Amino acid sequence: MATTAEGFQAHQEDHAHGADHKPGFFARWFMSTNHKDIGTLYLIFAIIAGIVGGAISGIMRAELAEPGIQYLHWWANSSPEDLAAAGHMWNVFITAHGLIMVFFMVMPAMIGGFGNWFVPLMIGAPDMAFPRMNNVSFWLTVAGFCSLLFSMFVPGGGGMGAGVGWTVYAPLSTSGSPGPAVDFAIFSLHLAGAGSILGATNFITTIFNMRAPGMTLHKMPLFVWSVLVTAFLLLLALPVLAAAITMLLTDRNFATTFFDPAGGGDPVLYQHLFWFFGHPEVYIMILPGFGMISQIVATFSRKPVFGYLGMAYAMVAIGVVGFIVWAHHMYTVGLDVNTKMYFTAATMVIAVPTGVKIFSWIATMWGGSLEFKSPMVWSLGFIFLFTVGGVTGVVLANGGVDDNLHDTYYVVAHFHYVLSMGAVFSMFAGFYYWFPKMSGRMHSELLSHIHFWTFFVGVNIIFFPQHFLGMQGMPRRYPDYADAFAFWHEISTLGYWITAGSMIFFFVNIAYALAAGRRAEGNPWGEGATTLEWTLSSPPPFHQFETLPVIEDHQDYHDHRPLPQPAE
Amino acid sequence: MGQMIGRIRLNLVAILAALGALALPGALLAQVEMDAPAVEAPAGGEAAVEDDAALEAATPESVYAPMAPTEGKGMPTAYQDDALKSMTFQDQYTLDGAYALGMHDYILLPIITVISLLVLGLLLYVIARFNRSSNPEPSKTTHNTLIEVIWTIVPVLILVVIAVPSITLLARQYETPPEDAITVKAIGYQWYWGYEYPDHGGFEIVSNMKSKAEALADGEPYQLAVDNRMVVPAGVPLRLQTTGADVIHSFAVPSLWFKQDAVPGRLNEKLLVIEEPGVYYGQCSELCGTLHGFMPITVEALPMAEFEAWVLAQGGELPGAAEAVGAEGGDAEAPAVALAE
Repeated sequence: MATTAEGFQAHQEDHAHGADHKPGFFARWFMSTNHKDIGTLYLIFAIIAGIVGGAISGIMRAELAEPGIQYLHWWANSSPEDLAAAGHMWNVFITAHGLIMVFFMVMPAMIGGFGNWFVPLMIGAPDMAFPRMNNVSFWLTVAGFCSLLFSMFVPGGGGMGAGVGWTVYAPLSTSGSPGPAVDFAIFSLHLAGAGSILGATNFITTIFNMRAPGMTLHKMPLFVWSVLVTAFLLLLALPVLAAAITMLLTDRNFATTFFDPAGGGDPVLYQHLFWFFGHPEVYIMILPGFGMISQIVATFSRKPVFGYLGMAYAMVAIGVVGFIVWAHHMYTVGLDVNTKMYFTAATMVIAVPTGVKIFSWIATMWGGSLEFKSPMVWSLGFIFLFTVGGVTGVVLANGGVDDNLHDTYYVVAHFHYVLSMGAVFSMFAGFYYWFPKMSGRMHSELLSHIHFWTFFVGVNIIFFPQHFLGMQGMPRRYPDYADAFAFWHEISTLGYWITAGSMIFFFVNIAYALAAGRRAEGNPWGEGATTLEWTLSSPPPFHQFETLPVIEDHQDYHDHRPLPQPAE
Repeated sequence: MGQMIGRIRLNLVAILAALGALALPGALLAQVEMDAPAVEAPAGGEAAVEDDAALEAATPESVYAPMAPTEGKGMPTAYQDDALKSMTFQDQYTLDGAYALGMHDYILLPIITVISLLVLGLLLYVIARFNRSSNPEPSKTTHNTLIEVIWTIVPVLILVVIAVPSITLLARQYETPPEDAITVKAIGYQWYWGYEYPDHGGFEIVSNMKSKAEALADGEPYQLAVDNRMVVPAGVPLRLQTTGADVIHSFAVPSLWFKQDAVPGRLNEKLLVIEEPGVYYGQCSELCGTLHGFMPITVEALPMAEFEAWVLAQGGELPGAAEAVGAEGGDAEAPAVALAE
């Protein structure tokens, strides 16, 4: 195995003399046009944003640990009697947590980070199609994050910051929130959205035009498929968000009345526009995760992915159907009954391709030779927890049942099961899978297993009781609650501390690996790892594939390794 | 109503016949269907009895006093009081609520539990059976058309089993209020509720959250109790309209399975029939600004006569009172007819 990788590498470097000549620090990291460096920047950025967003969850869980307002006054710098100041502070936290986690943690990590790093490597391309645009995408995202953070320190109606929720519903976000904070939050979405649209065009062009010879679409690794579908979702959904929030801006500042009934507008129009983007957005956040889990499960089962075409087209189906189910977020706004029936039925349809994926992963493992390395345990955790989050989605899909559960903690539990356990577990799986490749160092398996188990226990303690709270009627986005809800909130907060503590193992693990980790071979995962990135050294050379690898006719979607070189 | 339930049951039977293999959850729902009205019937009867008594007792001078809430009814239950009850839905006091609850308890919950356990079981099995030491040589199987067809078709059938009662529930919830339904208009303000009674002279009740001290003094749950409640008659159809005065709010009462957004510029309307008198708590359920968490809803359902006394005490008038001066029977009978229906 190792001989193959090194042989390929040696062949590579013959042609790439001086290609590893890296630019100086500033030029390399601030003006980068290298997909691997930009991917690294995205990952570092996502980790920083994740720390900020996760810390805000800590503030919120601490506040909710018991009834009454405990800490919000301190953050709002207001008197304990001032409920309004505390309430506004709370709304700023929920808004910031949601926007940061969606736009500045999950999306940059999955698409910007892993997508940038591994799409070119997996399709055998030297870089992305538009390397400079790639750089622009990243810095627009950073600028968006700064704009969002800045919004927290300027007036936004009830106090400092934008307290409108990540959905930014009108008219709360227009006539309901004077002051510049909401403008900055909206601008932040414009910047991050523009970055994502540029990134999406880049991925689509790269995948369609820069695949290595012989790498047909039906031979592409599933992770590349997942990024391709995601890029199309981004390209089609984000302009709608951009339009909607631009209309918010003009309603706020230029006296238009798109969402103001007094001028002939309609607040519900905003919700339709937002969720036309918002529902594809949740698939944008999970599809690359699906792709990563497929790679990892196949690698550690030493078996090709089961039902490759079904897996690829299930993602396409999820992407397509994802565009026609948006109003299930709006069951209570006063939709017509026929509309509700349609959206109920359409939403449940998504369970079918999702089920195909879950069962195909299990079938991939069936008959395999499973090795429980860190990426694999995170993937197993993902499959189970994503299933739990998925089935509560089927409950919520029923418009009539949603009349009770809408905007309660049941919804909060549902989407954290699919995101903070689905998306986040897949990101940790992907991180541990590719960390040796990216850094050239092996992380500690022990620490990553401890990280997995503590995190698994922690997040379940946080979010499982929230199903109970939701069914009992606890509304979301509340800083305080009736005494009857106290017990399960206290348990939930306990889970947060376990989860937060668990992250220590993650950071210690990275620090340990970078400082003292064993050097990683080109392919540390053995014969199950068959995609092209494992044919390169760890870390890969600054420029790879100057001679394009060739996928021969006899090679299928699973194994892209070059044939063993005859001994010379 | 009865006709409708009958039709639903017929649908269900047809579906069950078609889906013999998947009949179990459906059969359970059919059972709920039969149970639900039976459960509700004594409650309705009780209400009627109380109503008669109240009719005799109610005199124009009778003074309205807010009804004391019943522990565990119309409000969330604490874990310490009843662990199981704190982990599921509140008891339901509307027929649609009972239907939806039955659908959740007997169809959705069993199905999602079984699916989750199935996936967990399969994962544990492959972990135990196909790990590297038990199975050093992996198979190379990558396709099996039969099993792929099965795991596409079976979920579709399960979804059909869910979809039938789900669509039925939506249809039930959409039933239009009858002509003589009593209209109550809930208006969301930042940050309190207003309740208008257009059929009773159009007076408006302004409803603010009680402070902690007040709530505790009155034996009500803090965060849910309000100073002036939305008082309605029990057992008769209500035409509940919602609208927002400034931003979007949402009128939600979990124990009535009722949630309807209060959107500025729109008038949403929905039928609500509360089966028995009682106090039912709810909370605003759409983010509406700084005090979103502090504008609860308290619905107090009273027998018709007491409701009418309350209307008069608020300075309202009874429907038809103006036109029907001197008419026989007067206002007491109109609602009685509605009740009988």
